[in-house]
Amino acid sequence: MANLQSNLAGIKSPNPFWLASAPPTNSGYQVMRAFEAGWGGAVWKTLGTPITNVTSRFAALDYKQNKIIGLNNIELITDRPLDVNLKEIAECKKAFPDRTIIASLMEVCEQKAWHELVKRVQEVDIDGFELNFGCPHGMSERGMGSAVGQHPDLIEQVAEWTKEVARVPVIVKLTPNITDIRFGARAASEGGADAVSLINTINSLIGVDLETWNPVPHVDGKSSHGGYCGPAVKPIALNMVNECARDPEVRIPISGIGGIETWKDAVEFLLLGASNVQVCTAAMHHGFRIVEDMIDGLNNYLDERGLASVQDLVGAAANRITTWENLNLNYKIVARIDQDKCIHCNKCYVACEDAAHQCIDRLINNGSSTVVVDEQECVGCNLCQMVCPVEECIEMVQIDTGLPPESWKQRSLRLEALT
Amino acid sequence: MSEQLGASIHKPLSEIEVTIEANRCLYCYDAPCMNACPTHIDVASFIQKISTGNVKGSARTIMEANAMGASCARVCPTEELCEGACVYNEAGDSPIRIGDLQRYALDYVAERDIQLFEPGPDTGKRVAIIGGGPAGLSTARDLRRFGHAITIFEAKDQLGGLNTYGIVPFRLSVETALWEAEQVVKLGLDVRTGVRVGFDVTLEQLVKDYDAVVLACGMGNVPKLGIEGENLEGVWDALDFIERAKLRLPVPDLGERVAVIGAGNTAIDALTCAKRLSIARGKEARVICYYRRGAEQMTAYQFEYDFAKEEGIEFRFFCAPTRVIGQNLHVNAVEFVRTQLETQGDREVVAPVAGSEFTEPVDTLISAIGQSRLIETFERLGIAHDFGVVKVDDALQTSRPGVWAAGDCIFEKGMREAMVVEVAQQGKLAAQSIDAYLNAKVPA
Repeated sequence: MANLQSNLAGIKSPNPFWLASAPPTNSGYQVMRAFEAGWGGAVWKTLGTPITNVTSRFAALDYKQNKIIGLNNIELITDRPLDVNLKEIAECKKAFPDRTIIASLMEVCEQKAWHELVKRVQEVDIDGFELNFGCPHGMSERGMGSAVGQHPDLIEQVAEWTKEVARVPVIVKLTPNITDIRFGARAASEGGADAVSLINTINSLIGVDLETWNPVPHVDGKSSHGGYCGPAVKPIALNMVNECARDPEVRIPISGIGGIETWKDAVEFLLLGASNVQVCTAAMHHGFRIVEDMIDGLNNYLDERGLASVQDLVGAAANRITTWENLNLNYKIVARIDQDKCIHCNKCYVACEDAAHQCIDRLINNGSSTVVVDEQECVGCNLCQMVCPVEECIEMVQIDTGLPPESWKQRSLRLEALT
Repeated sequence: MSEQLGASIHKPLSEIEVTIEANRCLYCYDAPCMNACPTHIDVASFIQKISTGNVKGSARTIMEANAMGASCARVCPTEELCEGACVYNEAGDSPIRIGDLQRYALDYVAERDIQLFEPGPDTGKRVAIIGGGPAGLSTARDLRRFGHAITIFEAKDQLGGLNTYGIVPFRLSVETALWEAEQVVKLGLDVRTGVRVGFDVTLEQLVKDYDAVVLACGMGNVPKLGIEGENLEGVWDALDFIERAKLRLPVPDLGERVAVIGAGNTAIDALTCAKRLSIARGKEARVICYYRRGAEQMTAYQFEYDFAKEEGIEFRFFCAPTRVIGQNLHVNAVEFVRTQLETQGDREVVAPVAGSEFTEPVDTLISAIGQSRLIETFERLGIAHDFGVVKVDDALQTSRPGVWAAGDCIFEKGMREAMVVEVAQQGKLAAQSIDAYLNAKVPA
């Protein structure tokens, strides 16, 4: 049994799985249920001046029969009074002292207002704060949420104000709705924050109803952009987490968020630089019970690899990511098709023919066809393997070019030296 | 009609089944299912269209290739054709339910009364089609789309041929067969039912009056068994029996034991139809198939044989009827002789085993030993034929210039079971051939 305890800026949790600040952490009832299911921590639904919500609030992107590969929401922060939330936080903490409870906060950009909110909230036993500089909808129109997160100077300023009075670690939650995530992370670090969490949701519109031309979701025929999350955003989140992890000016740890649904997703975030992960859409889709497999799968993975602790994963593959100019131009792979496994759907053929480099030939013999890769022409793009419906039918095989590794950067320098 | 006879043995897919199945389709390129279909329906494309909600477009893709798409969705031996070729079989998974998805798309347009095709601009050319079954209708549909004027001569009261009259209702309903015929009629046809060519109107007249003539007259009734007593009451031609049951015409009491002679697909239809009819009447009969060869030699598809067994049909192999025994002019027993297969030269023949006669009590005897050929008709029309199979060239043209043939009347015995889908393809090819001929014809 591996040690699953996670540590984010000194905040320790029995496992690295936290519920993100969102509808699943709206109330004490829900957080109790989550802790019973096994979640290591919960970031409470953002506290602040209670708001009024609209209906409807959520909409999903489905792909074929796969439901909710992406989720869009226009729900705002908590609509319940602060004292009610604080009372329930205290009850949860008392019932589950080993679990982490983080209070997510949102306020207008005034020092006094932030000081008052922080002091008031830390009257109950919490493990940390998360400053919501990420919500891209609604609150941003009032100068909060991502409106703060899009200004590094404001991030730094509010982080400073918070740190002036906070007795527990402060996490800054970043918006991905910027050009370069590192600027926000650097500002948080500069402002004295103890950690960053990312990504919050991405500006989005799910779609338009083809019958009524109403946007989806709509509120009395109209909509406004929402925040997008769920499995579809994972690649974006992974990249942003890793960019922060590798940036020397971001000197604080990272809580990874964005499309995490399984222990496998979590391992990827940890390997690329996150110290723990936060989950929302998966719990909204399947309920809190999914954490059981997350914990079990992670534990078995660590055991199978002979790793003692989940912390051994943190950042272990972060530096496998580099800039394009450092990639080896002399590394070559080609596709190889296992004819015994091929079911003759010809999807690899048409994909290569229409959208890649025309290097798969169809040999038609007595009415039966065989697809064969022309290895001389194959550029190793992976497209055929990606479209193949059969597991391990197309393998990408390394070819020895006989050339030493050389990156574009190295080649440029070499060529420059020749002239 | 009772549930027993009227209800389709294939339930339509539910909406969720359609979604799952349509999305499961891999959308293969140059798909094996398409190549396995005699009419080359672009299966991957029609299923993809279902998955995007373009169900009308899907139905059009199907019917474009096969004017009998709705009946084929129900009666095609898909296990032997498209579904048998589905790549999922190779992957060790169950094939896509192509027939059921095809039915879904066509039910969609039928329920909404969507017209899929328009006639082409009038060419001034006229074509006579003899026979309003699947072959004639398929030919007519495409010729109308080319803009030629069509007259169909049909001996029966309604169009559809065996689809309307000869396939048991729990496999293909009269409504579906007539809907499909109606799709063709709506293109603007001159339909003359109750007319027998060669009797009520001569081919000579048609050849003179029309720019082209198509023979799509199918085959005849079940031939005589050629044994004593077969004119007794209670002895049926399988096609007559199915037709009466399907059209809800009165059928006398079947009694306790029904015997069906033959083991082709029509025999299976007669067996299961008799079984269901007896159940519907609250008096289930024992229904027994008697076949002079073995299970391995049956011409019925394996899935038909399996279906019959599931329906409670009994099978007696290697026996042939020798005499129908009657009482009060009605059959009450049949004498059989045991048979065996003997090799004569390079072929196997059925030979009776001397002295092995036995008698079975039978209240209703149904003969399903195939269909007779219309030798007399073709003689009368002056069309070259081979033991009743009309001779055609690759373009489906007969020995008489200006006369084409398609469907069961050109079906060579021993090839494989006649299928609606094959006939639909012949109709399509005949129409293309005739269109080319009419376009090349110098105006008089």
